[in-house]
Amino acid sequence: MQLVLKIVECKGGKNMEFLQSIDWSLMLRCFIVGGLICVIGQILIDKTKLTSARILVLFVTLGVILGGLGLYQYVIDFAGCGATVPLTGFGANLAKGAITEVQNSGLLGAFVGGVKVAAGRNCCRYLFWLLSIYYGKTKNKKTII
Amino acid sequence: MDNPMDTPKKYSDYVDKKSPNSPIFLNCIKAFFIGGFICCIGQFIFFFCKSKGLDTAASNTVVSIILIGIAALLTGLNLFNKIGKVAGAGSLVPITGFANSIVSPAIEYKSEGYIMGVGGKMFTVAGPVLVFGISASVIVGMIYCFFV
Repeated sequence: MQLVLKIVECKGGKNMEFLQSIDWSLMLRCFIVGGLICVIGQILIDKTKLTSARILVLFVTLGVILGGLGLYQYVIDFAGCGATVPLTGFGANLAKGAITEVQNSGLLGAFVGGVKVAAGRNCCRYLFWLLSIYYGKTKNKKTII
Repeated sequence: MDNPMDTPKKYSDYVDKKSPNSPIFLNCIKAFFIGGFICCIGQFIFFFCKSKGLDTAASNTVVSIILIGIAALLTGLNLFNKIGKVAGAGSLVPITGFANSIVSPAIEYKSEGYIMGVGGKMFTVAGPVLVFGISASVIVGMIYCFFV
């Protein structure tokens, strides 16, 4: 760790500041919580006959329910990206968007909110996906599902 | 004569007995470390965005865009399925698995053309995820609207 800091210090003060701003205990909590969510998925795969697509659906729906109940926010506060990067975080984000939009514009917000909050990243995703699809080769099966 | 294929119950017992037990404990450890590592990459990008002055929501968006970009790139380069074989749910549950589930069928069906092949088959796995996720969010919004 000291060595890394020294190397970065030689390269410039600005990066040094960035490394010092990292909250390492949050990083550790992120690692543990993110890992545990993945372990739940792994147990579901090994112990039940659920296909991977069903597990993805299950995680997103679970995230929406927990996000709607307001419980998932505590996990996000505790673990940062350990909670937002797994698919439950995606679901919680959808629920949060729907609730925020309802507060702003009433019933119509329930229909707009979920998609609205995901719109920015979705559009970027399409671009990435098209690019990688354009360069991808059909040599063998690439899916992990 | 005791035939193991007699009834569906007997048959499934027979299959369970014959099929190799997957080492669930080992799989869980692999999933834990690789899943945690992917989340840590996300957290690192998050801190970087924060230090550049973005707010929390924008940082989260950037994190998911970058992770999806990396996963799409690795899938196109034929590396992500190798990671997935080792990691199992460790690479499936983070947003990277979602990206992989869209890119891989699209690449597979590229030979059917760009409109019906890529555009149509893109959402074979991710479609249900989006449909149920967004439907659930609409229901949550309606419940919130009427009861809270």
